[in-house]
Amino acid sequence: MSETDAALPAEVQGWIGQKRYEQEGEFDVERGYVWTTCASVENGNPLFWDEKAAQEITGGPIAPPTMISVWFRPHAYAPNRAGTAQPLQVHFDCKEKLGLPEAVMTDNTITFREPVRPGDRLRTWQVLRSVSPLKTTKLGTGRFWVIDVEYVNQKGESVGTETYTGFGYKREAK
Amino acid sequence: MNAIRVLTIDQVKAGDALPELAYDVTATTVVLGALASRDWRPMHHDKDFAQHRNGVRDIFLNTPNQAAWFERYVTDWTGPYGRLGRMQFRMKDSVFPGDRMVFRGEVTKVTTDAGGCGWVELAVRVMVGDKVCTECNARVAVPTAAGDNPWARRDERWQPEA
Repeated sequence: MSETDAALPAEVQGWIGQKRYEQEGEFDVERGYVWTTCASVENGNPLFWDEKAAQEITGGPIAPPTMISVWFRPHAYAPNRAGTAQPLQVHFDCKEKLGLPEAVMTDNTITFREPVRPGDRLRTWQVLRSVSPLKTTKLGTGRFWVIDVEYVNQKGESVGTETYTGFGYKREAK
Repeated sequence: MNAIRVLTIDQVKAGDALPELAYDVTATTVVLGALASRDWRPMHHDKDFAQHRNGVRDIFLNTPNQAAWFERYVTDWTGPYGRLGRMQFRMKDSVFPGDRMVFRGEVTKVTTDAGGCGWVELAVRVMVGDKVCTECNARVAVPTAAGDNPWARRDERWQPEA
C-alpha cells in the first residue's frame, strides 16, 4: 500500500467530529423481531425466551445486543417518503464528495453498553472520526475513513457504538 | 426455568478452545437472516442479482446476521450470564447456500478489571472448508463467582472498551 498527500476537501474536513443525521427509530424495540432474529440463528438463550430467567438475570426481557443496528434499518416502503433512506449516510457522503465511486467496509466494531429492552425507542447519530491520506491498495486508489454510529435510549443512556472503517476507491484503469 | 449454564471466570484460561458449531447453510438461512435484520438488499435474497450484479455464485449471509450467529456461538458457551462487551469483525469471504459453516474459537486472555468485572477475550472465526470467511474478536464478561452478575453492572462498573 502506498500513500499520497492530497488536500482533503474543506467540506469533508468540516464533517470530522460533527454529530450528523440524528434520528429516532421508526418504531419501538419489539419482541417479534427479537424472536425472528433468535430463530434465524437458532439462539436458545433463555434471556430471550424465558420470562423468569430474563427477570432474574437482566431485570426483564432484553433484545440480543447484536441487534443494535436492526432498529434503524428503514422499512422497504413508507408512505410519503421520497427516495430511499440510507443507513450509514456519512459513508455515502464521503464516497460522493471525495469522488470515490467504489467502497468496501473493512472492519466493524460494536461496543455494547446499557441493554436494549422491548418498548425502548432508540436514537442514533453518525460522526466521521477520520479520513486518511490517499492510499493505493490492490483494489485501487482511495481513502480510508472511520465512522462512529452512536445509539442511545429514550433516557439518553448509551446502549452502544458501532465503529466502521470504510475504504472508498477508484478502480485502476486497465 | 430449566437449569441454566453458568460459566465463571475461574473455569476459563487462555488457550481453551470453545466447542465447534457446524451448520449447513441453505437459501432459507440466508433469507431468514437478512429479513430478521431488516436488510432488504437484493444480494441477500435474489440469486440472479447476486450473480449478475455482484459477480458471486449465489446469495450470501449478510453481516448483521453473522453478528447474530457470533453472539449465539459465544453465549452458547458462556450461558445467559455472559454479557458481550465488544465485538470486532473482519469480513474476508462470503458464506453461501450449500456451504457447511463451522464456528471455532479460542480464549486469548482472561482478566478482571479495576471494577471487579471478569472479562474473557475470544478469537472466533467462521470457516467454510479451509477458508476463513469472517474473523471476530469478542470481549465477553462472565461472573467472577457464584452470585456475581455482569448484567447488574452499570456506569463505571461496566467498561467494555478496554
